[in-house]
Amino acid sequence: MTVNDTKQIDASCRVPLLVLFGGAAAWLVAGSVMALLASLTFHMPDKFGDCSWVTYGHLQPAADDALLYGFCIPAGLGVALWIFARLGQVPLRGAIVPVVAAHLWHLGVLVGLVGIFIGDSTGFQWLEFPRGGSALLFFAYLLLGLWAMMNFSGRRDSGMFPSHWFLITALFLFPWIYSTANILIVGWPVRGVVQAIIAWWFGNNLVFLWTSLVGLGAAFYFLPKFSGRPLRSYYYALFAFWTLIIFGSMRGVPVGAPVPAWLPVLSSLNSLMLVIPVVAIAIIGWKTVVGGTGPECKGGSFCMIKFGFVAFILSALLVIAQACPQIGRLTQFTWFGAAQTQLQLYGFFAITMFGAIYYILPRAVGFEFRYPKLIRVQHWCAMIGIILFVASLVIGGVMQGLKLQDPNVAFNDSTKAMLPFLRASTTGLLFLLLANLLFALNIFTMIIAWKWSVAKAVFAFVVSPLAKSEVKA
Amino acid sequence: MKNGFVIFLAAFGVVLTSWCAFVLGPQLQLGGAKQVPVLNSSDVYPLNRPGEAAQGLQIYRANGCAACHTEQVQQDGVACEVVLTSAGKRNPAGVSNLVSTLKLTGLTELEAEAASDKITAAGGKAETHISATGVDISRGWGLRHSVAEDFLYDYPVQLGSVRVGPDLADVGRRLPDANWQMLHLYAPRSTVTGSAMPPFRYLFETKKKVNGESSPDALNFPKGFEPAAGYEVVPTSDAKKLVAYLLSLHADVPLYDAPFTQLSASTNAPAK
Repeated sequence: MTVNDTKQIDASCRVPLLVLFGGAAAWLVAGSVMALLASLTFHMPDKFGDCSWVTYGHLQPAADDALLYGFCIPAGLGVALWIFARLGQVPLRGAIVPVVAAHLWHLGVLVGLVGIFIGDSTGFQWLEFPRGGSALLFFAYLLLGLWAMMNFSGRRDSGMFPSHWFLITALFLFPWIYSTANILIVGWPVRGVVQAIIAWWFGNNLVFLWTSLVGLGAAFYFLPKFSGRPLRSYYYALFAFWTLIIFGSMRGVPVGAPVPAWLPVLSSLNSLMLVIPVVAIAIIGWKTVVGGTGPECKGGSFCMIKFGFVAFILSALLVIAQACPQIGRLTQFTWFGAAQTQLQLYGFFAITMFGAIYYILPRAVGFEFRYPKLIRVQHWCAMIGIILFVASLVIGGVMQGLKLQDPNVAFNDSTKAMLPFLRASTTGLLFLLLANLLFALNIFTMIIAWKWSVAKAVFAFVVSPLAKSEVKA
Repeated sequence: MKNGFVIFLAAFGVVLTSWCAFVLGPQLQLGGAKQVPVLNSSDVYPLNRPGEAAQGLQIYRANGCAACHTEQVQQDGVACEVVLTSAGKRNPAGVSNLVSTLKLTGLTELEAEAASDKITAAGGKAETHISATGVDISRGWGLRHSVAEDFLYDYPVQLGSVRVGPDLADVGRRLPDANWQMLHLYAPRSTVTGSAMPPFRYLFETKKKVNGESSPDALNFPKGFEPAAGYEVVPTSDAKKLVAYLLSLHADVPLYDAPFTQLSASTNAPAK
């Protein structure tokens, strides 16, 4: 592949990526503003009582969905599109379709979020978007997924890379689980607790499995690239892939739920078995990165993807811990679960995506970021923020659990005991907001610079004198 | 693994298996669930929530109450107590002697059966009372653990996942006073000292009293929380529906898969 080919492939993804990443950056900021406001409820509950829009019950689901649907999925799809084009060595054709689809996706997120705020939420966690929003998301995803698959099937290099397995599985996983959940618990709801079971199954498959597949797919592309040596090894990756999808897809129902007992048992068992892929993945990361010729870690893309990788291991370990009966009993219904989710979605997935986007976008658009120094600042803010948030809620969750499990401790004491930890987690959210603003600043200035360059080119074309050959005598 | 189709097919198989286990399986097992008989009674459970309470569930959903409240009580197991109902005529002194030597509380089901058999053999009559045990039960959050039947007619089922606030599965039995519930929604700290709940003032209206007379559904405030003189706080229809829903939450009848002995008469009837 010549340098020109690579440039052509990068350029072919330019507009879809700008739309996907630009919207994602906007939702990322919006989501963290909502998360911060929601978190403030704990410190000044009386201030949030006069308007339904600013109550915790509206803000928190909206913040979660803005992060997951607004940022994670479009960012993941953009990175997947580009990786497919690069690995297959084929430029993205018909870029107008993913551009339209990306717009539809962001419109769907907008419709969904407005729906939550006006009280149209479906009431199921991770599936709050009302029908209009979810239909748009589904359709947009199908188009984007189809385009990625068409690019894949037209690839010039017929090989399959580990990244391919992870990304392809994620591509068809979402339409399946999203349509199942929307049809069976929103469109034509099933009866009773089956709704809750399907919602748990969906939530786990999206929040844990989908993000793991896409995040690891990206990491398995970038880590060897930065380390300057191949992924070690192909067979470890193959093993990790199969065990991850087998154990990762069949879990989600919490222990003690009012459902037939085999469901939580099966879920816990599979969660515990996740230790197998996690060990394999850790070995792959270690063997690929340590001792490689990678650049020094200075807060760039490589550094972010490495951090995300470690965060994945930690997040999966928290999942495994929750599945141990003694620990699970203590941490159920506490903030522990929220800490794990945030570590998965932000610490692992979002930070891996930041690393990928910082690498991809300058190549796709053709010029550097406006504020390259801020990238490092952004990474520090994101790291500090996520560590503060997750550590405080994990420790706080355990403390809360100890109090909840002691019948002699009044319930309000368990809430009060959380306050110092919630203060720390709110501070963490403040850092995340700062990180997200810096990320958005670089993305938005790049979009503006690109639009400006297009406008200039168009202007230059319009005012330039016609070539002599085109002038009729 | 050169072939993309093989990967696709195998991954498809994995997701299909997961779908069968977590979507199809539960639906086959529970999708056709019907009302079940209440233990020691001719009643069936559950009944549909009354209209206002059913609408209240939609207010609960729309306001995202499940972001902070669960509706799933858990229990560790059961504890049995053997109660002597009659010492019998044959040998009352012997029976009471026997009873004084036996351990009668905090028994497992088997131990209770054995104790009860001994009393019967001695000529007395005994009853076994079953009660659920566990932290949630000790907190008074319910008489038994939540079961699938509790949610048979609810849409959407709001089990919740985090206890920022207390569990609500049985709140209608625990706190049956509608005025208390209204006050708690309007100003949580007027009823629960140190509550972390945000107020839901937007579900209420503050109005000027007409000729100094209070409306029939105006809230009765405790001292120190009253609105300004001449004003009253009345619930909107949303608040009334929400409170009707909260009061309809009482999972307090014994069922085959969640037995306990009812000591005071509780009723399956919908809340008033």
